Parts: sequence; C-alpha cells; structure tokens
Amino acid sequence: MALSFIDGNEAIARAAVRAGCRFFSGYPITPATTIYQQMLKLLPPLKGVCLQGEDEIASIGFCLGASMAGLKAMTATSGPGISLYSEQISFALSGEIPLVIVDVQRLGPSTGSATKGADGDIQFLRWGSSGGLPVVVLAPVDVRDCYILTMHAFNLAEQYRCPVFIASNKEIGMTRESIEIDSLDTPDLLTRKYCPEDQPYLPFQVPPGTMIPPFLPIGGSRLVRQTSSTHDPEGYITADTDIIGQVIERLDKKLVTNVDTFTFFEFDSDPDAETLLLVYGVTARAAKTAVEQMRKGGKAISLLILKTLYPVPEDFIKQCINEVKRVVVVEMNLGQYVREIERLAESQHVSHFGKMDGELISPELIQQVIAL
Amino acid sequence: MTTLLNIQRPPVFCPGCSHERVVRTLDDALQRLGLNGEQIVIVTDIGCAGLFDTFFNTHAFHGLHGRALTYATGLKMADPELTVITIMGDGGLGIGGAHVLSSCRRNLDINLLILNNFNYGMTGGQCSVTTPVEAWTSSGFLNQLEPPLDICRIGKAAGAPWVGRLMATDRELSSRIQEAVVYRGFSMIDIWGMCPGRFGKRNKISLKQIEQEMSLLPEAEGRVSANERLEFGGHYRSLAAQLQCADPVGRIDCKFSPPVSSRCDILLLGAAGQRINTAGEILCLSAMSAGMHVTQKSDYPITVLRGHSVSEVVLSRSPVGYTGIIKPNIVIALSAEGVARRKKVFSLLDEDSLVIMADNLEIPKNNARTIEIDFKALGVPSSEWALVSLSMLAADGFPITEEMLQAGLASRFADR
Repeated sequence: MALSFIDGNEAIARAAVRAGCRFFSGYPITPATTIYQQMLKLLPPLKGVCLQGEDEIASIGFCLGASMAGLKAMTATSGPGISLYSEQISFALSGEIPLVIVDVQRLGPSTGSATKGADGDIQFLRWGSSGGLPVVVLAPVDVRDCYILTMHAFNLAEQYRCPVFIASNKEIGMTRESIEIDSLDTPDLLTRKYCPEDQPYLPFQVPPGTMIPPFLPIGGSRLVRQTSSTHDPEGYITADTDIIGQVIERLDKKLVTNVDTFTFFEFDSDPDAETLLLVYGVTARAAKTAVEQMRKGGKAISLLILKTLYPVPEDFIKQCINEVKRVVVVEMNLGQYVREIERLAESQHVSHFGKMDGELISPELIQQVIAL
Repeated sequence: MTTLLNIQRPPVFCPGCSHERVVRTLDDALQRLGLNGEQIVIVTDIGCAGLFDTFFNTHAFHGLHGRALTYATGLKMADPELTVITIMGDGGLGIGGAHVLSSCRRNLDINLLILNNFNYGMTGGQCSVTTPVEAWTSSGFLNQLEPPLDICRIGKAAGAPWVGRLMATDRELSSRIQEAVVYRGFSMIDIWGMCPGRFGKRNKISLKQIEQEMSLLPEAEGRVSANERLEFGGHYRSLAAQLQCADPVGRIDCKFSPPVSSRCDILLLGAAGQRINTAGEILCLSAMSAGMHVTQKSDYPITVLRGHSVSEVVLSRSPVGYTGIIKPNIVIALSAEGVARRKKVFSLLDEDSLVIMADNLEIPKNNARTIEIDFKALGVPSSEWALVSLSMLAADGFPITEEMLQAGLASRFADR
C-alpha cells in the first residue's frame, strides 16, 4: 500500500484534470487560491489553459467562453467571489453551459475571516442567481470526497449541461491528509452529448424523450448561437411566453427529476435508533466520531451524511427520516439546510444546532446536542 | 462574395440609427476578408449593439452587460483559429471598463468594435461614460458633472497595439475593420454614430457636428507601434510548451508497523522561520510510512515572514474523524508567539501529556510531563528546533520510530 499526503484543494485540482478539465480561470482568494496554483502547474504542460482573470466576473466569463468552445472548464473561489459570479452563474444555467464551480467556503458575512471555515454559503449557492432555477451542489466531507465528487461534478456538468458547485470548506480545502488514491472508487468519465452529423442542429432543440439539448462547439463546422436571454430552440431571443415557459420548466425538471441518479451520501442506519443525526461537509467527520462514541455508550443512533445537497434529494431524505422519530441537523451556519429537512419532515421532530465562530463543531458538542 | 447577413432577420434599428450602417459595413469587411460564418464568432454585449449577432450567419455569443470581452477571451484561448469579433456600446464600455483595460494590456487576438452613440439608448437615453457635458440626457444634470472619456487615449495608455476611431458613416470603415480583424493582437475601433431615438431627439446635433467634435480629439489610426508586442495566445502557448508536466502526486510506501494504538494529537507551536509546517508534514509522512491515517492543519498570519506558526497534526490507526485538537497528547512549544496562539490548551494537559519545549520559553502552568531542550547549548539554529524535537519523539519511539522518521525525511526531501 502507498499513501499520498494532499489537501482538499489539491485533490480537486488533480481530479479535475483526470476528469478531462482543460480550462481553468480564477482570481486569487483565500482559501481557494491553491486550486488555481495547482491548475497552473497541471494544465499548461497538457496544452490546457489556466488564466488569472482581472476579477472574478472575468474569471467565470472566460470559463463560459471556453466551455462553449467545447472544453471542460472549472473555476474556484470563496464566498466573496461567488457573489461576483452570481450573474454569470444564472447565464450558465439558462444558456446550459457546462461548468464546475468550486466554493471553498470561508467564514462570512462579507470579507469575514479569510482563514476560518464555515458552511455559510449553502443556501446562497442554491438561490444566489436570478430566476431561482435549480443548480447542483455537491458537498465533500474530506480529501477523498474532494477527489471523487470533483469527477462526478464534471460528469454532471457535461451530462446535464449546467453549472455544478462543489461546496468545500477551508477546513477541507486547506487540511492535508493521507489518502490512498489508487483505491478510490472513481466514476467513468462522461462528456457532453454532441449532435450527430447526420441530424439537423438547433442549439436549444431537445430531441423527443430527452431533456438536454445536444451540444456543438462555437467554432465548429455548424453555426452555434448562445444567448443569456430567453430564447427559442434556434437560440434567438423570444417573447413567446409558451416557448419561454417550456424552457424554464425543462431547466427545472432536467435536474429535479433526475436527482435520484446522482444522490451521493453515507447512510449508517441503526434499526433500533429513534434519532437520526443529519450532517454534511466537514461536520460529518465530527459526527462520525460522535456516533461511534455514543454507540460505545450503548445509545442507538443513525447517521446520514448528505453529499448531494441540491437539488434536494427529497424522496431519499424522506425514506431516511421515516425510520426515526427525531432528526438532529448539525451544520456550520446558523440554520440553512435544516430548512429543507423541516419541510420534508412529517411526524418527525426536527432540531438544529449550528454555530459560526470559525471553529469546527466538535464531537463532544454534537453528543451534548443529541443528549438534549 | 456572399453576404454573411442573416436574411431571415434583417436589422430592426430605429430609422437613421448608425448601428444599421455598421452592420452592413461589418458584413462588407468580413466578405472582403473571405471569411465564412463558421470561422467567426460575434460576441455581443447588452443594449442596442447587443442585437448585432442576430443579424449575421456566424457563430453567436450574446451575454451579460459589460462582459462580452470575458467570453471572447475564453473562446479565443480555447479555439485560437476562431476570428473573434466583440461588439459593445458605450454602456458596455463603462460597466465593463476593467475588461476593456485588461484586454488592451493582455493583447489577445480579439477585435473590439465600440458602437459609441453617447448614451444608453435601450433604457431611455441616460448618460454614459462618453456623453458630452453639454448634452441633454435623461440623467438630468448628472452628465454635466463627469467629462466624457476618450477610450482611444485610454486604450493606448493601457497597451492596446491597434486603436482606431471613425465615424459610422466613414467610407474607410470597412477597410479599417478589415485591418483591425487581420491584425494579430488586440484591436479596437471607437465608432461614433447617431442614436436618433434618444440622443438625437433631445440634442439638435447632426452627424457632421459629431464628426467635428471627433476632429478635436487626438487621432487614432490603427497600429500603435509603441504597444506592438507578442500576441497573448501565441505567447502563452510558446511559454507553456516549455513547461514540464507536473509531478504525479507523491506516494510513500507503508512498510512499518505503527507504534500507536489509538489516536495521537500533536500541536506544534512556533514562529515564522522555525519550519513548523515542514516539521508537521514530516511527522505525518513518517506516520504514513507505518500506514497510519494522518491530518495536518496550519495556522499562520498573512505576514508569512513574521509572527506565529502553528501546526496541528492528528495521527491514528483508524481513519481520522474530527480534525480539531482539543486536548493534545503532545505539545512541541518552540516560541512565545506560537504558545500565545494556543495558550488555552495548556490547562487541559495532564500527566499523560507530553510537552517538549525550548528551555528559555515561558509556557502556561500545566501538569504534563515536560522535556526542556537547551537548543543553544546543542548549537542548533532556530530553524532546526522543530526537526530536533521530532527526533526526540522518534528516539522515544512514540508516536513515531526512528526508522519511520527516516522514511518521512526521505519522502519530504526526495528531490534534494
């Protein structure tokens, strides 16, 4: 056996390149900067492109252009940069431009604490674009997840033609740990579906029975139109409310109705448990320790670690919480994802613990919360 | 020559709008260059100039206000063969100023046409960055407060190697556009015209008078020799081609048996220059040589050459859960700055804890077993104290052994 020693940010960069990413642009921001630095080492020798934008708006804009030229693209930032990405994110969403966006979360609000962790952007990632249509948000727990989920993120971006977020955290991105890369269960690589040469091409025409328009690159032998405005199948701006309504509904459904096929999680269920501890992100590490200790003390408890946060895997979560009487949600913010659980719970009592002071939530604290 | 105009979608501008003239002139220029629609992408901004892409049978990319140059940059870097023409109005020029300056400085082979009609036509005739102070706009008196900017002067100052300024009606416009498109580098043309729907309604001004205003400005006639230099994309690729592929992720073989039965939390407290982070890494690599699971976090200020340096290391036979350290098993205390950063932990230490410390250092009262080292007497410089402390641990055989430390050092300094 051989082990490697890397942090979450390096794992994301390495996995991105392995997933076929050949375009990266970013703007320096702690704690995401080392993803950019890694990509700068990795991409140029592979004939890939790594750029430093003049600001975050440019960085993500470069990615949108490159993705429409056919390259797998990624950008990385932290909360203040996500704010600046916002308008471009809604463009990626409406223009169905595949893109992986890494948010190595730091303690907000505002410039906050650059070197302290938090999961304070979770609802912001979901709702931080105009129009409020769904996005995919994957939440890694550790370096291993950073590697595997990044590869899934590229697959999802390509498959569904959409922006996919990786909601990391300073406490994952800048924590180094031992990892056996060769033993990772990595997915097969997917690429966006191209329009076959013998078929007519309209940029936003969806073949019957599917929900994703086939792709052709700008610069190819058939003309491609991309637009941030409400558009018809040809890619021209339209005021036809029937067409607009259909497109919006499709953008919603293509992700929401398929989330069962990309729900990533760890569910450690105890049939005798009345309480389910539900966590995501780095807090899951403390939760695992807490659950282990509680079980040693004779307490029955179940643990659900969610790694696909959005679209909310509603059916799956309902199944898990239906096994218990009480759900305890613990997260590094003052109560964001718990809102999703509250609306899904029927008879279950949902309680919440969260804090935002730049420190990890400890296993002892989780045990105290559950004992309440 | 065949037109690239989209017959299905003729221009829809107000009668007398200069934009329509530029649409036809651009078509003429592209035809004369012998380009097919598939070789061209027209990237447009928001505003009336943002309609341009729909009038052409070329690739089209219509995006957010002020950001057209960002997409153009990504497209051109991803596909260097593509002819990238970016169209924006004076509105996009203002809101996207940072991208204009950066494009001038970057010198990527993109062509920018600025459709300058001195106001925001689409939103009702508000003032823009190019509105004259004496003009009437729907921004009331506000345009009297800020003089118009001369984008050609700015572009030259920012490093653009090809800058032109012409009237939309100028007979030379087609040939100038051709020159700009063919030019290998960033080129921009400031094209002045009339907005009859908004600007022309409030201001009794003719194209002739606008041309007269233009004549008062310094000329901009294409190549700016002082700014001519390597084109960004080609330069990028030639520099990138000289780079070696990055090393694969380092691996360390697991060949020893771990001397630790459960989890061991180690806190290294030092200052900048004491190689605290490196020592933490070596400790981790050493433990990994015995197949242990490890995590390491560092804490240091932005002034990397001054102040505290703290490393938190967790070693464990089973996967590491919580990565924080509440009550460390071992504290290596080497400087006052590091100790001050974690002074709260000392009161939690008990007789099972171990403190290895520099003998001249003051640390908070605690109950740990303590080893003081007189580094000065040993003749060891401060930068080696942390490494010496690790060898003390290894000599003790806990939580790493000497052979593990050797493996850790060999892995860390493999390239030296």
